[in-house]
Amino acid sequence: MIKHLFTAAITAIVALGLVSTAYAGNERFMKVMKRGKVVVGVKADYKPWGFRDTSGKIVGMEADMAQDVADTLGVKLELVAVQSSNRMQFLQQGKIDLMIATMSDRTDRRKVVGIVEPNYYTSGTNVLAKKSAGLAKWTQLKGKPVCGKQGAFYNKQVSKKYGAKIVAFVGNAEAKQALKDGRCVAWVYDDSSIMADLASGDYNDYEMPLMTEDDNPWGLAVPREELDNIWGRFMSGMIYHWHTSGRLIELEKKWGIQATAYVTMMKAKLEIDRKHLK
Amino acid sequence: MEAFYEWFRWLYDDTGINLVIFYEQYERERFVDGFLNTLYLSVICVFFSVVIGVVGAWLQGSKLKITRNIVQGYIQFFRNTPPLVQLLFFYFALGTGLERWGLMPVYDAGGWNEPMIGNFGWAVVSLSFFAGAFNVEIFRAGIEAVPTTTKEAAESLGYTRLKSYIYIVFPLAFRVCLPALNNNLVNLVKTTTLAYVIAVPEMMYTVNQIWSDNVNVPEMMTVLFFVYVALVGVLVIAMGRWERHMKIPGYGQ
Repeated sequence: MIKHLFTAAITAIVALGLVSTAYAGNERFMKVMKRGKVVVGVKADYKPWGFRDTSGKIVGMEADMAQDVADTLGVKLELVAVQSSNRMQFLQQGKIDLMIATMSDRTDRRKVVGIVEPNYYTSGTNVLAKKSAGLAKWTQLKGKPVCGKQGAFYNKQVSKKYGAKIVAFVGNAEAKQALKDGRCVAWVYDDSSIMADLASGDYNDYEMPLMTEDDNPWGLAVPREELDNIWGRFMSGMIYHWHTSGRLIELEKKWGIQATAYVTMMKAKLEIDRKHLK
Repeated sequence: MEAFYEWFRWLYDDTGINLVIFYEQYERERFVDGFLNTLYLSVICVFFSVVIGVVGAWLQGSKLKITRNIVQGYIQFFRNTPPLVQLLFFYFALGTGLERWGLMPVYDAGGWNEPMIGNFGWAVVSLSFFAGAFNVEIFRAGIEAVPTTTKEAAESLGYTRLKSYIYIVFPLAFRVCLPALNNNLVNLVKTTTLAYVIAVPEMMYTVNQIWSDNVNVPEMMTVLFFVYVALVGVLVIAMGRWERHMKIPGYGQ
């Protein structure tokens, strides 16, 4: 009797499990379609990827990408402002269905959220410098003071590889102030953040003159359990199409972002050879 | 020496205790540079702060009210503001301001400005004046402990105010205030760590960068801790010896 009960219980648990996994795999996607609205988490403080315009609306390159997703699905779009510290939690808790929020693709993050391949963007190390400094090559930094942020991993690389004298401050604000005061020839930081500064209009006499180094891929994410199901596969297709159609290059232009080598490379790599169709 | 370094690599491989500053040359040089900068900064600041203390205490006894007020203003300004705020103020506000108003010579080094006083200079100015303000008060306490009768005796022997300060009052006052001075100088050496906020590459700054690059925060924290214990220990021992050396039998003992 006990044995029978036990078997029945096991069967029930397994059956329940099968049903729930079959359903759970597409839960979020089904919900989006049912309510006719997709909720996308984007940055609201990272110009020009995601920021608020004068009316308070969130706009930017990633907001446009979110709009593309909604248009393709044929649903309405709702943008939710997320921060680096809470973006993955928002996705896990179901506050957002999709996250496009300047996130670097890393192993530890892949364990928490479903990062969709291919990567849609990359960022790396570059410098912000006065146009009048006339920088063109990393090697020109040799022996010159370069402002940086304390603890940044590329400080060591830039000083070891190119012989720059890193003058590192506690925060970005101090480092940028020191650059403005002319205490260093350049400010070394993440290129996407530098582009954001350039786009802000406060750095009109400045430029980002060097080739970006240590490219670091960005990933957009769906809930972890939906990565290999409809939602993840659909987003994979979206990214693929963004690359091949040149949409990302178009968006970079629209938002005044310097062309990223990765996006150009991906377009060339993923483009379908249609010569046989002639 | 090489075997000694290798032992630390073995320690890391075997136990996970990563004392990278021993087995990797780049990190070792960085650490030594940081240590030397701390030492250099400490010695300079200790010297200037004592000079400021001695001169300030003398000026405080001036007959002119204005001189006394200036010294008092200086003490209040430096004693009542946190040294961290002073460093930032000197470097970012005053330093930049002086350059902008043309009060401090600056030369263009090709893309950046090399001001007459850089971050190290401002750290010396700020920390010396900060500790100096306390030193003035410390020396004043010593001077006030010298009996009026002694001063009058000096005057009756024809000493001027300056001469009596140099030969009679100060030597006696100095012995009285050495323990308090000792405390303040120890504090000063410890306060030099704050110079990292204006990017002076002293030990705190360097070690911070080392643990960021090697993710060995607990190890480097420990190293930092013990190096400071040793550094301040040396200062305390030296001051203690000096104190004993200057002892006058029957005075202040």
